[in-house]
Amino acid sequence: MAYIHIENAGKTFVENKREFTALENVNLDIEKGEFICLLGPSGCGKSTLLNAIAGFDLVNKGSIEIEGKKVSAPNTKNVTIFQNYGLLPWRTVQKNVELGIENSRLSRKERKDKAYEYLKLVKLEKFAKSFPRQLSGGMKQRVAIARALCVDPDIIFMDEPFGALDAITRMKLQDDILDICRNQKKTIIFVTHDIEEAVYLADRIVVMTPNPGKIKGVIKVPLHHYRDRTSGDFLQVRDKIFELFNMKADDNIEYSI
Amino acid sequence: MKKVISLKYVIVSLLILIGIWQLLFNISSYSPALFPSPLMALNALIEMITTGVLIKSIATSLGRFAIGYGLSVASAVLIGLILGSLPKVFKYVNPTLQLLRPISPTAWMPFVVLLFGIGDVPAIVIIFIAAFFPVLLATVSAVSRIDKVYYRVSENFGIKQPQLMWKVIFPAAFPQIASAIHLALGSAWIFLVAGEMVGATSGLGYSIIDARNNVRADILLATIFVIGIIGLILDFALGLIEKRILRAWGGSV
Repeated sequence: MAYIHIENAGKTFVENKREFTALENVNLDIEKGEFICLLGPSGCGKSTLLNAIAGFDLVNKGSIEIEGKKVSAPNTKNVTIFQNYGLLPWRTVQKNVELGIENSRLSRKERKDKAYEYLKLVKLEKFAKSFPRQLSGGMKQRVAIARALCVDPDIIFMDEPFGALDAITRMKLQDDILDICRNQKKTIIFVTHDIEEAVYLADRIVVMTPNPGKIKGVIKVPLHHYRDRTSGDFLQVRDKIFELFNMKADDNIEYSI
Repeated sequence: MKKVISLKYVIVSLLILIGIWQLLFNISSYSPALFPSPLMALNALIEMITTGVLIKSIATSLGRFAIGYGLSVASAVLIGLILGSLPKVFKYVNPTLQLLRPISPTAWMPFVVLLFGIGDVPAIVIIFIAAFFPVLLATVSAVSRIDKVYYRVSENFGIKQPQLMWKVIFPAAFPQIASAIHLALGSAWIFLVAGEMVGATSGLGYSIIDARNNVRADILLATIFVIGIIGLILDFALGLIEKRILRAWGGSV
């Protein structure tokens, strides 16, 4: 069985006495070490699906299993990185990174060294003693990435982690996250509404559509690690996604050779 | 430089106050024994300092204040953190709090004196009541307004109660709690005087009553002045502590 196995998963809310289906009939298998992007417009249930796999808000239909075990609550083996960073503003950068290992058996010194090591990995060791408010958005998100990696998780969930950043910082962080994740061999599930971001990062893109939230299609990205945002292959994958969203004009011959 | 400028404002402001006082003294037809001049009040102040009466009153009042205010803030924050984390329980407690809150602490005085007699306790109780409700309600609201993402992060990293309380909930709510504690200091100091006027035979509040009974308006006004100065110093000192903690916790003050 697959590493993460999702079968007929669905989630309904009752709001103002009316039932609302956020997620319907989701079937998806994810292998260890894969970089998966959940892509779609707002309301397509991509964050709902992510939160369900991460254990924050469980599904009420079907099942989600990780390594054969049903997901029931969040745990330190699967860390989530949020769009608004989730850093604790009253802690220094160093102390934020240590947050997840404070209950471990490591000594104070070992914790400090370990956190510092991961700060170095995201190139923020010089800011160890700064407070989050003194950092830019991109730096904050790198602290959050260091904090997540510090607990040595198997899976990292990212909920539109670069959504609040400017385009250039975002591209830089996309490169960083690709490098870090290939080196650390993590399974990544990444939520985004940015098509290019998904094509740039993912091994597979799960395209989702709203009303009710469901999977429209899964696209394998047959590109190697270092991707060129302007190459023909890149644009072809992007094109396929436009097609799934029915956003492609019929007489579009722009990319034909 | 900034300090010098603000000192200038303080001096001018006080001079205007004293000037108006002197003017009223000059044009009033009251006997100087009932409505003394600023100079007479100053002489009374010097008399109180040299005889040691003043320092004794201040020590007594500050002692009561420290106990009443300290107990009040500590219990209000503690109960507030717990009630804030249990919104369903708070729904049952809130109506009672809203009923008790608008009652002036002085209204409890006769009852407190009946129960505990004249002495330290009535003043301490009144200070306790004065600071308790605002700090409690501010703490509950601060906890209920904590960003949900902090809870998710804590849950994710396996931080559970009681660690959650002091690692996340308290520091996240602290800025709002601190400003309520600061505001409550002022009202607690105000009600200390009321408490000592009714329920004690020592302290600054009692000095005022004592001065009235002896028809010493100069001592009465000097004592009022001292109460104001101490209130100002307490406020300033607490402000410094508050800033220090906020800065240590990454605030931008």
